[in-house]
Amino acid sequence: MNVPALQLTEVRKSFGQTVIINGVNLSVPQGERHAIIGPNGAGKSTLFHLASARFPVTSGGIFLKGESVTSLKPHQINRRGLSRSFQVTNIFTNLTVFENVRCSVLWALDYRYSFWQRLAALRDANQQARRVIAEIGLAHRSDTVAGILSYAEQRALEIGITIAGGADVILLDEPTAGMSKSETGDAVALIRRVTEGKTLIMVEHDMSVVFDLADRISVLVYGEIIATGTPAEIRANRTVQEAYLGTTFAEEHHD
Amino acid sequence: MNDVRRAAPKDGAANSPEPRCGEQASPLSPGKGMGDRQMHAVPPLLHRRRLFLWGALALLMIALPLVFNKGFALSLLCQISIMVIFALSYNMLLGQTGLLSFGHAVYFGTGAFATMHTLNLLGKTATLPVSMLPLVGGLAGLLGGVLFGYVSTKRAGTTFAMISLGIGELVASASLMFPAVFGGEGGVSGNRVIGKAAFGITFGPQIEMYYLIAAWTFVCMLAMYALTQTPLGRMANAVRDNPERAQFVGYDPRWVRYIMMILAGFFAGIAGGLSALNYEMVTAETLGAWTSGVVLMMAFVGGIGFFYGPIIGAMLISMLAIAVAGVTKAWLFYFGLFFLTMVLYAPGGIASLLAMHKRLWNAGQLTKVMPAYALVALPLLITFCGVIGLVEIAYHHAEGVDEPLQIFGADIDVMSAATWLMALLVLAVGLILLKLTWPRVSEAWRRVLAGIDGKEAA
Repeated sequence: MNVPALQLTEVRKSFGQTVIINGVNLSVPQGERHAIIGPNGAGKSTLFHLASARFPVTSGGIFLKGESVTSLKPHQINRRGLSRSFQVTNIFTNLTVFENVRCSVLWALDYRYSFWQRLAALRDANQQARRVIAEIGLAHRSDTVAGILSYAEQRALEIGITIAGGADVILLDEPTAGMSKSETGDAVALIRRVTEGKTLIMVEHDMSVVFDLADRISVLVYGEIIATGTPAEIRANRTVQEAYLGTTFAEEHHD
Repeated sequence: MNDVRRAAPKDGAANSPEPRCGEQASPLSPGKGMGDRQMHAVPPLLHRRRLFLWGALALLMIALPLVFNKGFALSLLCQISIMVIFALSYNMLLGQTGLLSFGHAVYFGTGAFATMHTLNLLGKTATLPVSMLPLVGGLAGLLGGVLFGYVSTKRAGTTFAMISLGIGELVASASLMFPAVFGGEGGVSGNRVIGKAAFGITFGPQIEMYYLIAAWTFVCMLAMYALTQTPLGRMANAVRDNPERAQFVGYDPRWVRYIMMILAGFFAGIAGGLSALNYEMVTAETLGAWTSGVVLMMAFVGGIGFFYGPIIGAMLISMLAIAVAGVTKAWLFYFGLFFLTMVLYAPGGIASLLAMHKRLWNAGQLTKVMPAYALVALPLLITFCGVIGLVEIAYHHAEGVDEPLQIFGADIDVMSAATWLMALLVLAVGLILLKLTWPRVSEAWRRVLAGIDGKEAA
């Protein structure tokens, strides 16, 4: 077995007296699509913030492809191949769609803080940005300022920015939040396409999306993972049903 | 006015995309083949239009002294040129990286003092040509950026602004503590005519100095523009918009800010060096709060969202300073009033006003707002007169000057209540008329923009 793409060991996070994440252990093998579900306030987003170093952990360890990244900064983790999206759209609002995506490929292509190269002459960066924009279906919006895109378009751009650099571990925080049914369908297809061959970890509320996409699911309740397993196992798990999903879940998804 | 502003194009020259890329960036289907084919055409260094603009600018800078060859006009040209570099370097921070600095004069002043001391050290045996001395100023400014940037760029926003203010005050007060370096109250002076004259150029005459300044200004403008088209330049925009997101695409916002600050310090230092050579005198005032304030004002009034905004601002403020100061003692007051008006009613600066009107011009719709403009012209004029009348009376009264105030050749008694009432009345009438007529301007803009948007959507 290969080293896991992402591994959390005994991760704890407390804000003052309040414990948000209480000893989480999670191991996501490379190439897996893993969903984290749980009721509101369970700490799903916090877990993402810890894994991507937006927040420092209180204790415990985070390992990316076998290496400890526990005390690194967000940009350092990103450079090691972990990229994430945000629940609340987080884009460069005054830049165009094209600039947004191009900014996201520059470091990965090793242009760093260069002020001696012309952007327009960076073939690989421009090409990669264009490819990603076509992939997320925004080619016709390339020159539009990101701030005035529609909500669904901004969500697509959010995913584009996340995957553009070619990271192989992708964290998506509620990628379909606030979308209509048809938009959700498009988003799922997009996520499936762009995470092909990569490790995907997502937080999602929409159960149909979760059961459609995920190879395995972890259930987070009050800062603890109470179960991890395949969609079928999770459906059948009594603890999960009692603690979180309840009868409505069983009714909805035993089809 | 709000609607008008919102409709203005948001992408300034500072953060607009490469038009070529934009054109190529719309293949509707994914797939490599198409991209590959299109990508073989790397856009030229300067597009024809841009080449034309820069060429025209160069010609203009060469030709200006042929018209403005009087001593006064020529020294004004020199001053404007220097301020153009300074204001552009300031906008590398404010407009491009989102860093509001209250202490940019530190780098200007450091450059000026370094240049002056180098000039004096060289003495008669010049080993470095005078024309290259601004580079010494640039390096000094760069070092300043390395030093002070390190402590101030960790955070943007209020923290950065406060630290820049602190550093500004620190350096300004230090400059008075070390008279050996900063020359105390009197400053440091020197003589720029040193060494052997190359090709008969000594930089003694002001016209030779002008061409030296113009050459440096042109090169610096070009370099600062080029910087906006590089990975660092674009990431500066990204960090300005959303430092958090920049982190999650692999960039350390602090480094982006730090490098931008070092480079801004370099260009500010060059401007300072040129000013030292131009005036052959540097005082502690050069690195003080006043200079920092003026450059902020230039960049803001010109328009920080556009590369060329600060150029307009530098020209306008430099000329206004001389023109208004020559006429009235209240010029600083007018400056404040002007700045306030711009911040309140045209926060995008002159450049954004120009861009708004250019959009109408391109659509052939500019004439449609003219009637509304004509309507508000008189109310604006009356308000203007009311303000000036009131300010002049107040200043004259406060100064307690014996001879009567003269406006348009008429003597005015600043002690009588009637005079004050008259001025107040004019101002009130102007403001009321303005209030009544301004909606017509907003309405005209709304209609025209709706028309343009409709056409673009179709």
